[in-house]
Amino acid sequence: MKTLKMMTSGFAICCAGMAMANDDLISRMDDPTQWAIQTGDYKNQRYSELDQINAENVGDLQVAWTFSTGVLRGHEGSPLVVDNMMYVHTPFPNIVYALDLEQEGKIVWRYEPKQDPDVIPVMCCDTVNRGVAYANGKIFLHQADTKVVALDAKTGEVKWEAQNGDASKGETNTATVLPVKDKVIVGISGGEFGVRGSVTAYDMETGEQEWRAYSMGPDEDILVDPEKTTHLGKPVGENSGTNTWEGDQWMIGGGTTWGWYSVDMEENLFYYGTGNPSTWNPAQRPGDNRWSMTVMARDIDTGMAKWFYQMTPHDEWDYDGVNEMILTEQEIDGEERKLLTHFDRNGLGYTMDRVTGELLVAEKFDPAVNWTTGVDMDPNSDTYGRPAVVAEYSTEQNGEDVNSTGICPAALGSKDQQPAAYSPKTELMYVPTNHVCMDYEPFRVSYTAGQPYVGATLAMYPAPDSHGGMGNFIAWDNINGEIKWSIAEQFSVWSGALATAGDIVFYGTLEGYLKAVDSETGEELYSFKTPSGIIGNVMTYEQGGKQYLGILSGIGGWAGIGLAAGLTNPNDGLGAVGGYAALSDYTALGGQLTVFALPD
Amino acid sequence: MKLTGRLLALALIAGATAATAQEADNLTAAYSEDGRYFTEDDIPTYNVEEDGTVDWLTYSGFRRYHSECHVCHGPEGEGSSYAPALKKSAIDMDYYDFVDVVVNGRKRVSASDNSVMPAFGDNPNVMCYLDDIYIYLKARGADVVPRGRPGKKEAKSDVIREDENACLGI
Repeated sequence: MKTLKMMTSGFAICCAGMAMANDDLISRMDDPTQWAIQTGDYKNQRYSELDQINAENVGDLQVAWTFSTGVLRGHEGSPLVVDNMMYVHTPFPNIVYALDLEQEGKIVWRYEPKQDPDVIPVMCCDTVNRGVAYANGKIFLHQADTKVVALDAKTGEVKWEAQNGDASKGETNTATVLPVKDKVIVGISGGEFGVRGSVTAYDMETGEQEWRAYSMGPDEDILVDPEKTTHLGKPVGENSGTNTWEGDQWMIGGGTTWGWYSVDMEENLFYYGTGNPSTWNPAQRPGDNRWSMTVMARDIDTGMAKWFYQMTPHDEWDYDGVNEMILTEQEIDGEERKLLTHFDRNGLGYTMDRVTGELLVAEKFDPAVNWTTGVDMDPNSDTYGRPAVVAEYSTEQNGEDVNSTGICPAALGSKDQQPAAYSPKTELMYVPTNHVCMDYEPFRVSYTAGQPYVGATLAMYPAPDSHGGMGNFIAWDNINGEIKWSIAEQFSVWSGALATAGDIVFYGTLEGYLKAVDSETGEELYSFKTPSGIIGNVMTYEQGGKQYLGILSGIGGWAGIGLAAGLTNPNDGLGAVGGYAALSDYTALGGQLTVFALPD
Repeated sequence: MKLTGRLLALALIAGATAATAQEADNLTAAYSEDGRYFTEDDIPTYNVEEDGTVDWLTYSGFRRYHSECHVCHGPEGEGSSYAPALKKSAIDMDYYDFVDVVVNGRKRVSASDNSVMPAFGDNPNVMCYLDDIYIYLKARGADVVPRGRPGKKEAKSDVIREDENACLGI
């Protein structure tokens, strides 16, 4: 509670007298009756102060109403609720519905963009979209074809449009956008098509482009100050975005930016991570491949980088660094600090000082992780901040055309984009995770614009010598870098979590269950099977004095592709073939919002 | 350049013989040339020995499928929530129709369906291994190769290696 009050007063100080365009959004994020941003708040905590539904009564939860989106395929993200209006989005074709909650969800307006369906096959891993954003009376949609659209929140009228990328080159979008101050900041997808990642800021009122920061390339492209921008406390120096690449490979270098964004208004910084370097064949891109796989802190106004931390230099496994950065104020070693916690695809949970970029904790959040023995935490070491790579699992050291086996985690990571939640009451992070390992064989590929540029063969299977399932839902202590409790799940947990002041945590499963667990113990308190598998994020709001809980169902995404037919371990021999659960035995395509409440 | 020539040749054949392939045995290898196997109708096919040894192209197809096709069609041709099971398509479809869809793509877009197969005609990572992928999927569809990485395999022949390099322009 103390930390929350501090945070609120912090906002008050920083924003008073500046009359920023997003004061309105900040006040709504502070109001637990609304769900004004996909991430719950700028800190990406996904925590709600609402406690009408709590650990005592959540067992009585019932379905209050449902809504079919009219679209099949993977439904990621969640609806927003602003001023008694709910905004529901869909995967491609990216329809947006505005539902009046005071009129039992009557559709006030709907917007369906016209997009060339040729964008569909260049979206690696399904046509998902992680939702719309709200600010200043506008709804912001970032379509699959990278067009950013601002809609009037009351009428659905188009206020402006901006084209962020070129789908014919494999540039697509799956992410939500970040509305902050007078800007809308957007990312880009296409790491498997040789896209060079970037973040771009548009003027919130006009859609005019203000700045763009690439993930790799010359200093003027990546918006760094060679003397002031730091990596683990040291200046990055000149040409840091090209001098760890061979030749022109950085031009098709990946490092895309399709994850979540968080903001510290006091520091005037926003935070995000960059994706894998392109291609997946590490032999084709010698060097550290900066600044792929990097946590980035940038100035909101200028895009100028304050600090970087590259988690996985010279990626050899497709461990994108795009997952959310959760901001907290906690005591660590007796000192109250502004922290950033990040659960990376590479299986390490990082806790950092978000002001300075200092690395405080880096520990495995799944005991199966084996590609590294850990991160060098000695600031005086030459390899400070680098993970020590285990030779047996190094697809670089084993070489092209060699099948490296038994690598944990698999390319989909110990955790993908599905966001974790943080409860200030327990000071625990609640993390949806994958428990999947892989064989990985890299080989040479050639680049053709707009064509897949992958360069590796993968086989994935449940983590060996474990519970046999492909996922866990864990509670993580980000100060000590320890798992507090872990719930074994049959499939990867691909749904974003929600923690509430009612001492409960919610998440969805790929079979389609919405579950509520006790935030202290992990004990299951409620479970309901929705019409299709859940890869969306749980949200909550209050309307007419009653707390509601919303979740999108609709199986798909990487999970639906990778797990639909079940996974087999090629190293187990013929006897095990077909021995693992197929997702298609549990669920089918769908597209539905289910809203829960307590009985009257 | 070699790639273009090959594609043209395939396109010509596609028009000429598409009608007759259905009735014939489209699976059994009748003869081999330089490590490649063909049916009586000269259609590329797999060869699996009694001890499980697969021909090179089946093995190569496993690798290329999981690089180029897997991210939409799921592991081992099994299909996914996103795209159909190609192990069935390789059996159900005529070879030349299969090639045509890979080269030129296909769209099924309607109120209930948003399926789009892209055109891979100018992608050497696919086109230079199209027969490999086709043969692997046919072997999966015929259930003569289990899921997972094929174990024993025939060596890659010099002719296959030379053709591959020529196709990739190496």
